[in-house]
Amino acid sequence: MTRGKPRNDHVEIVIQAHGNQGAYWKEIWRYRELIYFLCWRDVLVRYKQTAIGVMWAVLRPVLTIVVFSSFGALFHIDTHGSERLLLVSAGTLPWMLFSSGLQEASMSLVSNANLLTKVYFPRLIVPLSAIFVCLVDFLIALLILAGLMIYYAKTPGMDVVFLPMFLILALFSTAGSGVLLSALTVKYRDFRYVVPFLIQLGFFVSPIGFSSADVYSSGRIPGWVKFIYSLNPMVAVIEGFRWSLLRDRFLAQWTVVGLSGVVALSLAFIGCWYFRKVEIQFADII
Amino acid sequence: MSSIAVRAEHLTKQYVLRRQQIGNYTALRDVLMDKAKSFFTNGLSKPARETLLALDDVSFSIPWGERVGIIGKNGAGKSTLLKILSRIVTPTAGRVTLKGRVASLLEVGTGFHPELTGRENIFLNGAVLGMSRDEIRNKFDDIVAFAEIERFLDTPVKRYSSGMYVRLAFSVVAHLEADILLVDEVLAVGDAAFQKKSLGRMREVGGEGRTVLFVSHNMDAVQRLCNRGILLAKGKQVATGTIDNVVRTYLEASDRSQAEYCVGTPEEAVPGYVQAIRIESDDGIASAEIPSCKPFAVNVRFQINQALEHFIVAAGIVTMMGQPVRTVWSKARPLELGQYKALFSFDDIYLACGMYKLVIGLSEYERSFHYVDDVASFEILDATDGSADARIVNYRSGLILNQCRVEIFPQ
Repeated sequence: MTRGKPRNDHVEIVIQAHGNQGAYWKEIWRYRELIYFLCWRDVLVRYKQTAIGVMWAVLRPVLTIVVFSSFGALFHIDTHGSERLLLVSAGTLPWMLFSSGLQEASMSLVSNANLLTKVYFPRLIVPLSAIFVCLVDFLIALLILAGLMIYYAKTPGMDVVFLPMFLILALFSTAGSGVLLSALTVKYRDFRYVVPFLIQLGFFVSPIGFSSADVYSSGRIPGWVKFIYSLNPMVAVIEGFRWSLLRDRFLAQWTVVGLSGVVALSLAFIGCWYFRKVEIQFADII
Repeated sequence: MSSIAVRAEHLTKQYVLRRQQIGNYTALRDVLMDKAKSFFTNGLSKPARETLLALDDVSFSIPWGERVGIIGKNGAGKSTLLKILSRIVTPTAGRVTLKGRVASLLEVGTGFHPELTGRENIFLNGAVLGMSRDEIRNKFDDIVAFAEIERFLDTPVKRYSSGMYVRLAFSVVAHLEADILLVDEVLAVGDAAFQKKSLGRMREVGGEGRTVLFVSHNMDAVQRLCNRGILLAKGKQVATGTIDNVVRTYLEASDRSQAEYCVGTPEEAVPGYVQAIRIESDDGIASAEIPSCKPFAVNVRFQINQALEHFIVAAGIVTMMGQPVRTVWSKARPLELGQYKALFSFDDIYLACGMYKLVIGLSEYERSFHYVDDVASFEILDATDGSADARIVNYRSGLILNQCRVEIFPQ
């Protein structure tokens, strides 16, 4: 009988009742290519399945921007001196990153159930790769904003160096809530209906078609409502985009940005904590 | 340096079966209702929870390079064991140590996407199974050659024949650089030639010093592939040893004298289900020992819970090695709610001596809703009363004893 030596005998896997804690993040790093491959699969499949493929990534935001700008013009919503199309697109694009990320991530585990019950990998990869797909869409959709800026001959100032910071803030908020909702959707299928409702609600309380100036400078809105309004991390993200790209007045003061950072990090922390907690049961209950 | 590749210690997996629950996920409403109820009743009446021990204190260690077959009836815990070793489900108690890289093949083509081409799916499937991009690139040509799909590399796999699909999927796994390979009955698919090829490949893998764990119902494949065996029954480890001994224990444990079998009520709501199976000799007496070349009958009692339009009941005879011998079915007909009995008379074909299993299926419009295998079995005994044409009556002359007309002419 042949009795060989293992090639990878330094690798040792221990399986225990409560999962193994320490090596988790190391393992995600080891499986990082899988994030890329799952993301690549989703983009590729959409491109093959739909007639206009990647054009959807442009068409959806364009239509939203057009409709919102028309409404804004119709109801004379104050743009505080900016071009309406620029104001609306700088609000729509990050919002779409957040909302589609949330939507895709929350359904990602359920729609990849066949993978979860048949093969092992750190489950966190599934919602994360769903969000990366939305990031790809977002980067394509940014071309719209670039086109509009060229049209209006608007060049960003030095503040543009802060743009990545706001993008990271958006990604952390999306990932945190997306991961949390994905785990909740596996455990309680009701969240399938809760998520679209949450997104719809968020759509109305985020400064997409209007400027936060209308909220912050309004005398009719009490202070505690303004505080709750600022808890929405997308307020800081959207106003940050407008400020760093369009040289808008910076409406979301740094305290608001700091507050949003805390909210985003807490979301990411709670999301990961809850996900890790229920992850070991996924294959049993999905 | 120890030479143990897989060490399992007191492995236990308990499932909680919730009563009256269709589907296996929880609705938030139920949780809230339960919480509310237990609040009002002070937690005195806990919701009814039944538990099932899918694995019960299983311990074993497998040295490097061994090829181990895990056998047992349906529900014995084979798949649960493999899923724990693959890290898909976590055990309720116990501990497993695996040395080296593990690859598990629980299904053919995990992660394959029908819209993607063969080429794209090789990369996707490889990544899902834990291969790096460079590794897949290096192995790419070998994978394609082994699967014999060169010409269809850029065709979406949804246009593949099922044989091509299986070949490609198996080929990716066969080229994994894993030290421990966990395989569920996937070799049962694909055509005979490819089955032979993949069995050969698996043996090679074992020969290269890798450790293989193989779960199957097909005793023939298990015996050809493995050198050691573990027998599970109802979650417990019953026998361990050389594969031939373990297979013999398994075959002998199948109860031979029993002729009436009760089938458990299915947990989920179904249009109908088999309640009992009875094997009768030609005089109508329940007997699981049928003399060769004598007719026998299978009596199936079943319950129908809703009116059906296109009902069919089918019975199959399968050898203990897992080879189907014959399948017969009733004419489609509508059925009202109620209890029924179906009588299958096997009086036209004589089977060789040996043990056989019965498979019973109920279906509506070709969709099977209850399927019973591994419950009932019977034995064809050597005819001794002289009535049969008692020439050669064993497996060696073939499974079917009926003779055809043979004439010899001068030429």
